[in-house]
Amino acid sequence: MAICERFGNDRTRLLDILLEVQAQFRFVGPSLMECIARQISTYRVEVEGMVSFYAFFSDTPRGQVVIRLCDDIIDRHAGTGEIARVFSRILGIGFGDTSPDGHFTLEYTPCIGMSDQAPAALLNERVVTCLTPERAEEIALGLMGGLNPGELELPEGDGNNLNPLIGSTVRNNIRLRGEVLLGEVPADAGLRKTLRRPPDQVMEDVERAGLLGLGGAGFPTGHKWRMAADTPAERRIVICNADEGEPGTFKDRVLLTERADLMIEGMTIAAYAIKADGGIIYLRGEYAYLRNYLEAVLQRRRDQGLLGAGADRLGGFDIRIQMGAGAYICGEESALISSCEGLRGEPKNRPPYPVESGYLGYPTIVGNVETFCCAARILDRGAAWFRSWGTKASPGTKLLSVSGDCERPGVYELPFGVSVRELLDLAGAPDAAAVQVGGASGQMINMSQFDRRICQEDLPTGGSVMVFSARRNILEIVEYFLDFFIEESCGYCTPCRVGNVFLKQRIGKIRQGLCQPEDLDYLRELGRTVAETSRCGLGHTSPNPVLSSIANFPLVYAALLKENRNGREASFNIQSALEESRHLAKRRSMIYDPTYDGD
Amino acid sequence: MAETFTFSLDGGKISAHPGQSIMEAADAAGVYIPRLCDTEGLKPQGSCRVCVVKMNGRTVAACTQPAKADSVVESETPEILGYRRDLVRMLFHEGNHLCPICEASGRCELQAMAYRLGITQSTKYPYLQPVRPVDASHPDIVLDTNRCILCGRCIRASRDIDGKNVFEYVGRGIHKKVGVNGDNLADTNVSIDDRAIHLDICPVGCIIQKGRGFFTPIGKRQFDLAPIGGEEKGHEE
Repeated sequence: MAICERFGNDRTRLLDILLEVQAQFRFVGPSLMECIARQISTYRVEVEGMVSFYAFFSDTPRGQVVIRLCDDIIDRHAGTGEIARVFSRILGIGFGDTSPDGHFTLEYTPCIGMSDQAPAALLNERVVTCLTPERAEEIALGLMGGLNPGELELPEGDGNNLNPLIGSTVRNNIRLRGEVLLGEVPADAGLRKTLRRPPDQVMEDVERAGLLGLGGAGFPTGHKWRMAADTPAERRIVICNADEGEPGTFKDRVLLTERADLMIEGMTIAAYAIKADGGIIYLRGEYAYLRNYLEAVLQRRRDQGLLGAGADRLGGFDIRIQMGAGAYICGEESALISSCEGLRGEPKNRPPYPVESGYLGYPTIVGNVETFCCAARILDRGAAWFRSWGTKASPGTKLLSVSGDCERPGVYELPFGVSVRELLDLAGAPDAAAVQVGGASGQMINMSQFDRRICQEDLPTGGSVMVFSARRNILEIVEYFLDFFIEESCGYCTPCRVGNVFLKQRIGKIRQGLCQPEDLDYLRELGRTVAETSRCGLGHTSPNPVLSSIANFPLVYAALLKENRNGREASFNIQSALEESRHLAKRRSMIYDPTYDGD
Repeated sequence: MAETFTFSLDGGKISAHPGQSIMEAADAAGVYIPRLCDTEGLKPQGSCRVCVVKMNGRTVAACTQPAKADSVVESETPEILGYRRDLVRMLFHEGNHLCPICEASGRCELQAMAYRLGITQSTKYPYLQPVRPVDASHPDIVLDTNRCILCGRCIRASRDIDGKNVFEYVGRGIHKKVGVNGDNLADTNVSIDDRAIHLDICPVGCIIQKGRGFFTPIGKRQFDLAPIGGEEKGHEE
């Protein structure tokens, strides 16, 4: 198979091979798995393990156009349901189905990073946003009429989205530019200063600036670089985590669109500091529309002698783009490394940590898009300048992705320490009743907590801020987040694989009014077991929506719970308890259905 | 002999050498830490989480966590026992574990672990009741993944000992299961003599040898004679 050969029949490039096979054949069935396995010297079941792990692969044929409608909670509130009905009606297929002629597949997908312009969908790689039933109808009719997604007429995007290499309808929605990232940024000023200094001093600057990883985990960046640099090795690797998958975050999308050079500059500085020769940008599959542009930026930088063979001051450091294939868990750094190695995107056991043994066993630093951008700015302007914003534990500014029930959804660059209230005022959210800070894995806070501040000392976030008005159903939101974690758990460890399912089932029962106050103890205990015993950050944080909503919205739960009185289980409903027996017996009960006469 | 160090496990002193996991050091000292996915002779993977302990206050898997000098490790505390019970219950409820009709009953590590942890009746969790087809295509072996606890012991034994890669994980999340390297077991090169098929590899009744069910009378089965992990005993002081 030519595709395998193009990747040198390299087992570690299996993710790329499968992406191309899926694109060409529209599925990866057993015989293709067999064929790939033989060529790259592995086993068919290993290829099957990959195909069944990533959402973008399928072992049965998909349509020429795969329509993935985002059903994130923000999109649902913005009207996904109606859009879904339009697509389904015009294309004549249900969700999860492929049309008999093989033209279309219709499916749902979790957050695609467009919450500020919801409802949104992917038509193959093309993004469509701000969908209304009318626009959905136009699109569906256009596709039915034989247009490719690329030929559809859509409103123009803004900024670099107009670049012919992107050519997207996506809007940046930059609402507030701070001085660190979204203001004027001189080209490669940080890199030029870096190259005049010894690597050690470069790391020192990042350490003194107090830069923390901005993807959510908040690990000290300088320390991470230092540990990788201190591990003896023949090669070191710099990976940029552009797998922005936390529901409600889209700030990396904007940086990738508007600050691609700054991000690559930051990666290059990191490579110089730790003496790395290999770089990878792990770009989430949903952002494939940015790939050609990013490739062009990389190529221009090679031509400028800033990357690749021409960059002799940098030991020939070069960067390749690794496309993801639909797996939230790959945002976890060790799962991301597994994915780059052509494996199932499962986190690795630590120790060893990636800084000791990461990609293909080499010391590896994985950093968020925003983190690399900040590092480049620190090297230009200095640690003290960076520290002049933010708080003691969280210096600098933060890009916040605001979505949901507000007038001005979009990206806000604000100093760390900003209060939720200030942010809500900027975004125009006078009737906010609940705010989810930090995405599905974050905290849900109530109105009395809006003076809490966004920073390590109080409310940390990778950038996602979802605003909900009093019209929204808190438990619907919580149940959605649990659905998301169930869908996105890799399944490696017991508590995350099974515990999240149990959490969701009980929340569902509460919503139906079938629970009593003791069920909150059940949720708290189960949530604690999942958070404490899971193997990686996904399971450590997946109970957060449940635990924080119980703590901060007790009345919402209380209204649905029924106290047991007089030794009776208030939540017990004889009719629903009989339902299964009725179904099995194919008849009703003469005792409990008084109107039933036995026929 | 490499230099050794010590750490404390539930107040007892355990000696370890660099690179040893908490579990290995405890085993060497004769102190049992409950486990399901880990077994002698296979590389530990830390997936069932039953061996969780607290090391200096942080919850870690004893089978994959290297022992640290002078660390304080807690294992048999009410908190940890609570987690272990929850995890074992989750595994019971995830699959179909009907002990009275299962060929592995009495030598099943999941069942034995439940007894050790004092789980003797149905629990608070819902049953997920999977309905996956049973693979009885092979003349000697049956694979019933409805009884699988995803410990991956067959996967590691087949790959690392038999050199065959008959088994591998497929799917993700709650849909994750053990797949085989072919259309079904008969389509693979698995053999009844493989280490992966040996009775002590599958801790439950997921991999069954045809014609070999219920071969030991009740009362004389492996865990009728002694509880899993041996009798509980104090640590050396």
